[in-house]
Amino acid sequence: MAKTIAEINKRIKEGKAVVVTAEEIIDIARTKGITRAAQEVDVVTTGTFGVMCSSGAYLNIGHTKPRLKLGGGKAYLNDVLAYPGFAAADLFIGSNALPDDDPRNRIRPGEFNYGGGHVIEELVAGKDVRLSATAYGTDCYPRKKLDTWVNIKDLNQATLLNIRNAYQNYNVAVNLSDKLIYTYMGMLKPRLGNATYSSAGQLSPLLKDPYYRTIGIGTRIFLGGGIGYVAWHGTQHNPDVLRGDNGVPKRGAGTLAVIGDLKQMSPHWLVGTSMLGYGCSLGVGIGVPIPVLDEEVLRHAAATDGEIFAAVVDYSDAYPKMKPDILGEVSYAELKSGTIKVQGKNVPTASLSSYSRAVEISGILKGWIQKGDFLLTESVAPLPGVDSEVTFKPLNERPVEY
Amino acid sequence: MMAAVSKRIVLHFPRRTIDRPIIWHLARDYALEFNILKASIGPEQEGLMVIELTGTQEDYDKGINFLVKTGVKIQSLSQDIIRNEDRCTQCGACVTICPANAFCIEPGSRKVIFDNEKCVACGLCIKACPPHAMEVHF
Repeated sequence: MAKTIAEINKRIKEGKAVVVTAEEIIDIARTKGITRAAQEVDVVTTGTFGVMCSSGAYLNIGHTKPRLKLGGGKAYLNDVLAYPGFAAADLFIGSNALPDDDPRNRIRPGEFNYGGGHVIEELVAGKDVRLSATAYGTDCYPRKKLDTWVNIKDLNQATLLNIRNAYQNYNVAVNLSDKLIYTYMGMLKPRLGNATYSSAGQLSPLLKDPYYRTIGIGTRIFLGGGIGYVAWHGTQHNPDVLRGDNGVPKRGAGTLAVIGDLKQMSPHWLVGTSMLGYGCSLGVGIGVPIPVLDEEVLRHAAATDGEIFAAVVDYSDAYPKMKPDILGEVSYAELKSGTIKVQGKNVPTASLSSYSRAVEISGILKGWIQKGDFLLTESVAPLPGVDSEVTFKPLNERPVEY
Repeated sequence: MMAAVSKRIVLHFPRRTIDRPIIWHLARDYALEFNILKASIGPEQEGLMVIELTGTQEDYDKGINFLVKTGVKIQSLSQDIIRNEDRCTQCGACVTICPANAFCIEPGSRKVIFDNEKCVACGLCIKACPPHAMEVHF
């Protein structure tokens, strides 16, 4: 018997909703069967915590007296380059932004100790952040220079807007070359010395709703410790990839663009990170509730690590050179066992996404829903699906001739 | 026969000891097996060494006594490698980086366990840890 979101919300308000995490549903489905589990369970909560590079925050700093127009000028937050190409008082700070004087990879591997992700973490933590800006001056915005401390509590708006988060599956990274390489997937030791992966697998939001039946535009979510929303499909959203018989993508597929009020969030769930030899970024915690509308939704939500597969990719050659080659597929159960087999060799694995934090997020979201604090949303519009013709294209480079 | 002990310690050599073959004495006079894990000399000519010493309890104690009399300051290694629990996100990026296998994943909770007894203070995890949760204090 199918349920509606309105019915589930009614049960949440009455304190009667049965809410379980995406980990708990696995055992429930196994012991009770899909049919009974779908009848009994109303909501499955997912979670993921990992470094998500396409993240950033819009800040409205309030107008200076006399007025200054940031737009078209230059702005820095704790010396990290921010983007002021808007009106007078809006700024965007991206997670990968760096100070102008950061040595980057001049001496490899660069350390990237402080960047945009760290600025966002400090803002969220309530710390004062130094804003310095220069502008060109106009009749209505005459001021040209600004150097001040700002604090999130004084900003008009601080809005986290992450244009690509929560990747539906991701590569497993290895290194076939003879030298150590430094990548956004961490340090990869030569000759298949290690393998890194970055998905929460059986807890990851889009892996538990593989065809985006319930997660859509407008879906209310846990974001960075506060409440956020799915704003759009994320950049590089690529629904039509190779999928298993269970419908779960075997490659990086869908993504989410998410938005939320940074003022509600917490530095526990938005963590500035440094990837040696690569750059700075932001660790982001996201949790998405899945309303159990019918058996199909439940069957997907009950997928286990053993049924979810990812592609092993060589980051010394195939990845940088944009070659499509993969070295095989492994399940998240194999990845979590600590060793995978690649080209006949046992390769030790490490996760870059925190499974224990993902468990924590799914538990917090479950608690919010059980208490009636968090109601589920009907999506305003669906995310582009398998038949949408939305794909992930490489750049069609057309060199400019002189 | 006394039981063998094997300990990892941090030695700070004051400048005046720089021309003395101290580790050689440990091996020759006290029959201690040594494994140097890290050694450096700072700009003020003070030396720092992370070393593993193995021998009988009696020889080990005598060797340590010799080091103290020579003026070498001794710290236990495990006190100096610290994980900042507030910053650690329990991801696991360190697990396959550590050459001493000092990190492992607890199967149930999937939290990262740091066994500082295994740590050789190489410092690899400090740079490899995305949120910079690992600290070494010498």
